[in-house]
Amino acid sequence: MTLQKEEIKLPQELLDFIKKNKDKKGYEIMILHKVQELYGYIPRKVAMEISRKINVPLARIYGVITFYHIFKLNKPGKYKIQVCMGTACYLKGGQDILGEIENILGTGVNTTTEDGLFSIEIVRCIGCCGIAPAMMINDKVYGNLRKEQLIEILGEYTKLEGKDMKNDKN
Amino acid sequence: MTKINREQLKNMRDLIKTINKNEILVSMGTCGIAAGGDKIYEILKQEIKERDLENIITVKKTGCLGLCFCEPNLVIRLQGLPEIAYGFLNDEMAYKIITEHIMKKSIIDDYVIFLPSIDLFGNNKNHVENGLKYVFVWEPDKKKNLYNTLIKRITSKNLENKIKVFSTKYIGLANKNPILKVLPDNIFYTNFNEDDLDKIIENHFIKNNPMNNFMLLKENKYINIKENDKQHKQIRIVLRNSGYVDPENINDYISRDGFKALEKVLFEMSPDQVIEEVKKSGLRGRGGAGFPTGLKWEITKKVQSEVKYVICNADEGDPGAYMDRSVLEGDPYSVLEGMTICAYAIGANKGYIYVRAEYPLAIKRLQMAIDKSKEYGLLGDNILGTDFSFDIEIRLGAGAFVCGEETALIASIEGKRGMPRARPPFPAVEGLWKEPTVINNVETWANIPIIINKGSEWFASIGTNSSKGTKVFAITGKIKFPGLIEVPIGTSIKEIIYDISGGMLNNKQFKAAQTGGPSGGVIPVEHIDIPIDYESLQKIGSMMGSGGMIIMDEDDCMIDVAKFYVQFTVDESCGKCAPCRIGGKQMLETLKLISSGKAEESDIERLKRISFAMNKASLCGLGQSAPNPVISTLKYFEYEYVEHIRDRKCKTGKCRDLITYIINPEKCIGCGACALRCPVSAISGEKRKPHNIDQLKCIKCGECFITCKFGAINKT
Repeated sequence: MTLQKEEIKLPQELLDFIKKNKDKKGYEIMILHKVQELYGYIPRKVAMEISRKINVPLARIYGVITFYHIFKLNKPGKYKIQVCMGTACYLKGGQDILGEIENILGTGVNTTTEDGLFSIEIVRCIGCCGIAPAMMINDKVYGNLRKEQLIEILGEYTKLEGKDMKNDKN
Repeated sequence: MTKINREQLKNMRDLIKTINKNEILVSMGTCGIAAGGDKIYEILKQEIKERDLENIITVKKTGCLGLCFCEPNLVIRLQGLPEIAYGFLNDEMAYKIITEHIMKKSIIDDYVIFLPSIDLFGNNKNHVENGLKYVFVWEPDKKKNLYNTLIKRITSKNLENKIKVFSTKYIGLANKNPILKVLPDNIFYTNFNEDDLDKIIENHFIKNNPMNNFMLLKENKYINIKENDKQHKQIRIVLRNSGYVDPENINDYISRDGFKALEKVLFEMSPDQVIEEVKKSGLRGRGGAGFPTGLKWEITKKVQSEVKYVICNADEGDPGAYMDRSVLEGDPYSVLEGMTICAYAIGANKGYIYVRAEYPLAIKRLQMAIDKSKEYGLLGDNILGTDFSFDIEIRLGAGAFVCGEETALIASIEGKRGMPRARPPFPAVEGLWKEPTVINNVETWANIPIIINKGSEWFASIGTNSSKGTKVFAITGKIKFPGLIEVPIGTSIKEIIYDISGGMLNNKQFKAAQTGGPSGGVIPVEHIDIPIDYESLQKIGSMMGSGGMIIMDEDDCMIDVAKFYVQFTVDESCGKCAPCRIGGKQMLETLKLISSGKAEESDIERLKRISFAMNKASLCGLGQSAPNPVISTLKYFEYEYVEHIRDRKCKTGKCRDLITYIINPEKCIGCGACALRCPVSAISGEKRKPHNIDQLKCIKCGECFITCKFGAINKT
């Protein structure tokens, strides 16, 4: 199979970022961070385009993407739930919190709900051990979680989307 | 702002110091914000504006006070009152702080908390008017008996206008008996009875003659400071500014001797003198292994090379540890200053901070600090007008624990997969892009400026013979006051748990402390008195590590804990070398068999064999230390392994496969509540008659156990 040169227009912000930092040594990872910040994941086409732009083989870029946990190859949900599974959270019942979220959303770790709203991930310590068990939804941290609270917390997000979580469940 | 020279920096510092600071500092590290600190900040800001108090008080964001259990919290400095911290805040309290504390200058009872250490810069001079004394009462049982008695006694002596009494939920220390703290004298009393109370009132408040015999914890042998200050078990050196400065404001840092050390080395010391000073201080790397910092610098300095690098390892990956995050969020300038001093000493012009992408707030504040320092000429070309130039760039980690290992970290900065390589050559000789490189972690860097400022002798007076200074621990788990603590090295786990962190949560039995994260081990009750330093921890099979300390109680299963850490290292193994890649996986599978009751006794031997091989043959620290949690739990809790294997029992009930739920027919009233909750309909029975659990269907979720109000379900 030959790789076809497919035209894809990268956003200006990304182009500027690459242009500005192109000459810095070892900057590939920072560029990938920027891609993920803009797209939420690293689409294959973008990775190919970047490989051309910075003159690094695609294989090396994929080598990096697949090595680091943070880089995702699939599009995450609009609301990214990161359940902390650091030691403190684990001891204080992080596993139960995760189980309940999976129950409520009807989907498992590293998957996205059918409507594309939520995706669930496990993270290793978000550094909020003092308020364990904790989780993050996008950039917001929730601490001292109890199983019973989860439906309400998730409900706030579905409400933003004009859906009612509680009715959904019944 | 244009770049400044030495004279201008000095003038600036003097000027800022004279400004009378009336301020509210709201703790807004990541966890403070999560606990609601941002909302408190907004309310205070708005109230100050609406009530036209802007000339009287300013409200600022600051880093973490380390008192995670009482967040949101804040510190108030107001002329005429002692410096006061409030914790356990809510919206209502935020309004009250403005109307009561700020406007009426009256302290709000019940919400006052205390910082657990003296302020090294003595800025919290307690400006108290009219010779008033403030007495704060902390009672472990929260019943306020002592508080009420004290008020009665003081009233009966007609002293209520001279002595103000308040109740507090946290006094900076802990004890099994109540503690009194007297401000502005900064004295603690404890272990007194009701009769002694009159003596204390008489001697201290009337004759102004504090009573030595009831003072608390006079014996802190690891701190060489003023007698009174020894009452504190903690001393905040690394965290000296965290919670006291606005991390986004360079002036705050400058006012607390910020960049004074940089100034001193650039103008008064030669690079060799700097290295000598750091060597003499006895500072050892706080990343875990404890290599002497000065020696590391010296090796790099001696290598002949045009280009050298300085790296800050801020890839804090240990689950259960957040010391570095707090320093970066609360006091980023001290890390920059420390790195710059090293760069001057070894002759480097470029530095990198490798920080976890999972710490967005730390990254933001670091970037702000770098930009501001450059603007002032404290970083960049010709620092403070000299011919020394040094620049720092931030590089983000991407969620790989192995990148905390220095050679893997270097590979990651170079833009590659973060895989470690064999050492030697050590990075000090051949590091980033094959150039000599000094790598230290955040906490080590934050120690540097103060060592230069206060001198190596001062620093070396704190700690034990072989390990100097303090160590920050993130203490979490089953403990009453989880949070960040900073203690002189040599403090025992017992002191940390009972004198600092309030004892075990729900008064359960202490089982073990875990230090060093996935590379460390457990410390059982028989070693609870050992002074913590690098050597003693290694001797008992754990390690200092970066500072995570997890306290576990009788409800925690050691096999479960070992499994947790091994799962972690299996997930994080980079796969380069076989002992770690294969050994870790096999160890995990064996532990899974044990926790599900399918193992044989010979599996214990097998675990030991794999551990030995991994430890000897793995390429990097991650693999070599990965078996530590297994080795140490086996060493101290082998009987628990045997119990799981031979009796197929887990006493703590953590290993689900080994639990059986049975309904006690004598207690069951047949309400059916459990049957309704059971997700797999494993419970059946007639109404008002004892029910039954079908063990073949039961998935051991425990819902029935939680649901039953009559205690009729037994968990065995």
